[in-house]
Amino acid sequence: MSGLYIHDLSVRYDKRQVLASLEAGPLPRGQITALLGPNGSGKSTLLRALAGLTRVHAGSLSLDGETLALSAASARSHSVVYLPQALPAGVRLQVLESVLVACRATRGYAGSLGRSPHGDDLAHAHTVLHRLGIEGLAARSLDELSGGQRQLVGIAQALVRDPQVLLLDEPLSALDLNHQFHVMQVLREVTRESRIVTVVVLHDINAAMRACECAMLLHEGRIMRFGPPSEVVTPATLSQVFGVAARIEPCSHGHHQVLIDGLAAQTGIASR
Amino acid sequence: MATLPHQAVPQDISVRHYRRLTHRRVMWLFAVTALIVCSLLFDLRTGPSGLPLMALLHTVFERASADPATSVIVWQIRLPYAVMALLVGASLGLSGAEMQTVLNNPLASPYTLGVSAAAAFGASLAIVLDIAIPGVSQTWIVSANAFIFALLCALMLDSVARWRGMNTAGVVLLGIALVFAFHALVSLMQFVASADALQGLVFWTLGSLARADWPKISVLAVALALALPLSMRNAWTLTALRLGEDRAASFGIDVRRLRLSTLLRVSVLSALAVSFVGTIGFVGLIAPHIARTLFGEDHRFYLPGSMLIGALTLSLASIASKLIIPGVLIPVGIVTALVGIPLFLGIVVRSQGQVG
Repeated sequence: MSGLYIHDLSVRYDKRQVLASLEAGPLPRGQITALLGPNGSGKSTLLRALAGLTRVHAGSLSLDGETLALSAASARSHSVVYLPQALPAGVRLQVLESVLVACRATRGYAGSLGRSPHGDDLAHAHTVLHRLGIEGLAARSLDELSGGQRQLVGIAQALVRDPQVLLLDEPLSALDLNHQFHVMQVLREVTRESRIVTVVVLHDINAAMRACECAMLLHEGRIMRFGPPSEVVTPATLSQVFGVAARIEPCSHGHHQVLIDGLAAQTGIASR
Repeated sequence: MATLPHQAVPQDISVRHYRRLTHRRVMWLFAVTALIVCSLLFDLRTGPSGLPLMALLHTVFERASADPATSVIVWQIRLPYAVMALLVGASLGLSGAEMQTVLNNPLASPYTLGVSAAAAFGASLAIVLDIAIPGVSQTWIVSANAFIFALLCALMLDSVARWRGMNTAGVVLLGIALVFAFHALVSLMQFVASADALQGLVFWTLGSLARADWPKISVLAVALALALPLSMRNAWTLTALRLGEDRAASFGIDVRRLRLSTLLRVSVLSALAVSFVGTIGFVGLIAPHIARTLFGEDHRFYLPGSMLIGALTLSLASIASKLIIPGVLIPVGIVTALVGIPLFLGIVVRSQGQVG
């Protein structure tokens, strides 16, 4: 029973049903699960619900058979970490400092001047930076980093908390090609090595097919498909969910690629 | 992390760098404190009657054997004004710093959120209506009424924000609306005031240290002494808030509670400060910006840093208020606005340049 299970999860904003009785699992440990779907399908809401940031109307979550509380109380925040799309710009904190803050934010006690952080925390923060290959940025200020560097620092801030579940909302959206690959590669490595349940909202379906072992396709607040990407992403589901005519063909290296030919005949924007 | 190899990082460069940075920030705190002491001494020396430094120190430290006339000048006038300037500046600096963090807005301050304007209205109401309670001096009634209205303003801001689930930008806009509303009400009071009351009222709204006395100083000192440890206790969580509200929330920080309790605490502190001296703008706005450049945003340094910068700023303004026109004590609120606006513009232009 290892992994994250979603049981009968429903979320409503006012009267509108955003997620309707989702049932899925396991989102396996050591693997990345991609959350796919068009805008408004409930991807981000599901991610926020998993993070305990959205009020859940009904349902429950369990990790390895143990129930997770549905609010971001400090008891569970040690095991679940959520990363919003981007770090806020213009923060005058150094990279190492920011990772240290993430590490100590909920340690409880005071930050009086005399009590400087333990060497352990500092070393731990540095080890995480080293592991992501960005220890060279340690002394740089957050407000002078590029988008990709900021995203990696965000991941470092998450990893320093030893998460069991790592939730990322569109981590690739602001990145150039090189950094997209770098970030996904880093995520795969840490996910596998630390046996984390990693859930990532992705817009780029090819990136999902390439880097994720598991995929969940959402459509109008329901789970359309859940399983290996090759089974989830098919011409039929793409047509139904995104309203596009698509082919999925192996490239010369044997990877499956999604090729979009145009809008699907019967499901234009107007009819959806 | 469980599987993360905990290789020893012996005196690693970046860790050493961080320690040096921390060390430098502590040094800056000491440096600013030293500047405050200098400024305080200079402030005490400055005045219509010249006072040699030695005589001054003698009067302060050996009051019993001091010249009675000098003693009165120092203990009844100069020292209360100078100490009040430090305490008010410190309170506004600390309040401004925390407001800017919890509202994630560089324009938040006691002044821009309407706390100062509300205090001015409360004071003007007390002056114009000539509220009197037997056995209580007029200045205390004015201050108390100013405090009540400043607190009501903060509570209103707080409850509307809570009720509507407002985001941080909304809270700041609401604050600015409150500023305009209370300014209009103060103008109304001025319109209906008698000539006598008008004089007192104008003096109050300009912001002046001239009403400082030891009982008021003790009240503000106690309030600041109570507020600072509570602020420092939140230093790590407030810093984490700077990483983004959602991220902080996912760390298990109760962001709403942190924001509201902080807002309430610093509103009380700044309301108390302005209720004793009148409207003094810009200190609470500028001090955090200067502190951010000097100390970064690790709130263990940023909060005390902003507090000290605020104290230094108002102390310097107090000196300037005596020097600009020799023999005339200009209300210090005018000085902070005159000096503060160009300084503030400078900071804004510079930081825009860095981002762009």
